Amino acid sequence: MTTTPQQFPASMRFLHWLTAVLVLTMLGIGVAMVASLGDYHSLVSVHRPLGILIFLLVVIRYVNRRFSKVPPLPPDFPSRERFVAAASEILLYTLLFVLPLVGWGMLSAAGYPIGIFGSFHLFPILPRNVMLYAFLRKTHTVLAYVLFFAFAAHLGAVLFHTWVMRDRLFDRMAPWRVRVR
Amino acid sequence: MPNDVSTSTDKQVAKPNAGSALVTTAAVGIIILAVVGIFLYLGGWFSPHKLTPARFTDGFEEANGVHPGFRRNHAKGLCVTGFFDSNGQGARLSKAEVFKSGRYPVTGRFSLGNGDPYSTDAPNTVRGLGLQFSQPDGEKWRTALISLPIFPFKDPQGFYDNMIASIPDPNTHKPDPEKMKAFIANHPETVRALTIIKSHPPSSGFDNTSFYGLTAFRFVDANGNSTPVRWSLVPLQPFVATEMTGAPPLDKNYLFDGLIASIHQHPLQWRLIVTVGQPGDPTSDASSPWPDGREQIDVGTLTLDIVESEETSPARDINFDPLVLPAGIVPSDDPLLSARSAVYSQSFTRRAGEKKEPSAITPSDVRK
Repeated sequence: MTTTPQQFPASMRFLHWLTAVLVLTMLGIGVAMVASLGDYHSLVSVHRPLGILIFLLVVIRYVNRRFSKVPPLPPDFPSRERFVAAASEILLYTLLFVLPLVGWGMLSAAGYPIGIFGSFHLFPILPRNVMLYAFLRKTHTVLAYVLFFAFAAHLGAVLFHTWVMRDRLFDRMAPWRVRVR
Repeated sequence: MPNDVSTSTDKQVAKPNAGSALVTTAAVGIIILAVVGIFLYLGGWFSPHKLTPARFTDGFEEANGVHPGFRRNHAKGLCVTGFFDSNGQGARLSKAEVFKSGRYPVTGRFSLGNGDPYSTDAPNTVRGLGLQFSQPDGEKWRTALISLPIFPFKDPQGFYDNMIASIPDPNTHKPDPEKMKAFIANHPETVRALTIIKSHPPSSGFDNTSFYGLTAFRFVDANGNSTPVRWSLVPLQPFVATEMTGAPPLDKNYLFDGLIASIHQHPLQWRLIVTVGQPGDPTSDASSPWPDGREQIDVGTLTLDIVESEETSPARDINFDPLVLPAGIVPSDDPLLSARSAVYSQSFTRRAGEKKEPSAITPSDVRK
């Protein structure tokens, strides 16, 4: 019996790591910009287009996933952990899909022009309503913190499996090709 | 024998001993703590004294009290609509659609520069005018101007420190003169700016007030050439000096009521004047004037013909963020710009979620 689990297809691994880099950058920018006077504008100017990029990427990822063969978890994976793994995956996908939409919606409700780059602007997706803006603005922050802690738990779980339990879970999503022994 | 070795190695990999599990578990814990720590550090959680947009806005609330539903600064206001007739002269320096010849809708708001929405109008209070120009391509140009010819502060910290030093002492009801002295001693730029400001006595009303954009921006033309500029609005209504009687005004809202009366008589007009900077002119210091004799371009005429209470106007809910700019206008390196954008946004977010109270100038005040 081989101990090397099957890997995710290359397209899924590529999209995973691309998302990881963009989302971590985004979380860092997001939390830094709201606490910054001097860098606020330049960070916001990156935050908006990056959010839209992540939104598009998660849609592509979801479609790609539907058409890809997802490797099974290691056979000795306890059923409770299988449930947690599946639930956390759904949570992460949902947050990556919803957070940019909430951001887009909140700027729409605030009546801000939603500049992406140069003179290219996104259309509003919600009517102007400042109460709605205030609600979505709070929601955006709360969901961002949930995403950050979900990411931390995801990282912790993978590291724990790989280093402590040594079940080579990381190899499934490793950015490089792992040869089956 | 070799077979045995490989088996034992496999076993070691599969079932690590308790000691190594402890070490690796600790390593995982440290990494997660480090990641959380970096995130919180970026969010300013470990620098409780750093001036953030939230703390800046808290400063306004400390100085003026909290007035739910209102702007944290420039709280008392009156809304207007009208249009901008661009004469095409600005197109030489900026590709923004608003500088091509034509008429562009404008929404605006006159205000007084303090955080009390029910304050008594006074001639020396800074007057503000927020404007939004709408371009046919959907882009907006928002700009917030005030009646001071030059800004008394060169950075956000200076503005904040002055605001905190000016909070009246609860016993004397006046700012602590020692604190003000200390501020002035550390801010020569404020002293210089106040000298210029004193040479521009306030006019009698909003309608004959000149408004200044203060900070430098850059105009960018179709070829990508960028030029430092400042802009101002010069009234076509003739200047009349305020009569300084020293007595409190009979009408608490005399400036706003005067604006309502004059706009009902005839549309009010201002020329939009763009001052063109030369290489070497400071663009990062709003407290420092450009030398006299810089080229001034009259780029068009602003006409305001409809006046409305905040309670019925969409302008109440516009954040006149000076960095909402169309392509063709970009920020300069002035540190005030990003800070204003951040703090306006914070103030906007706070009031957006609060119940709206009646404005000092009600819809019935605005009727003819």
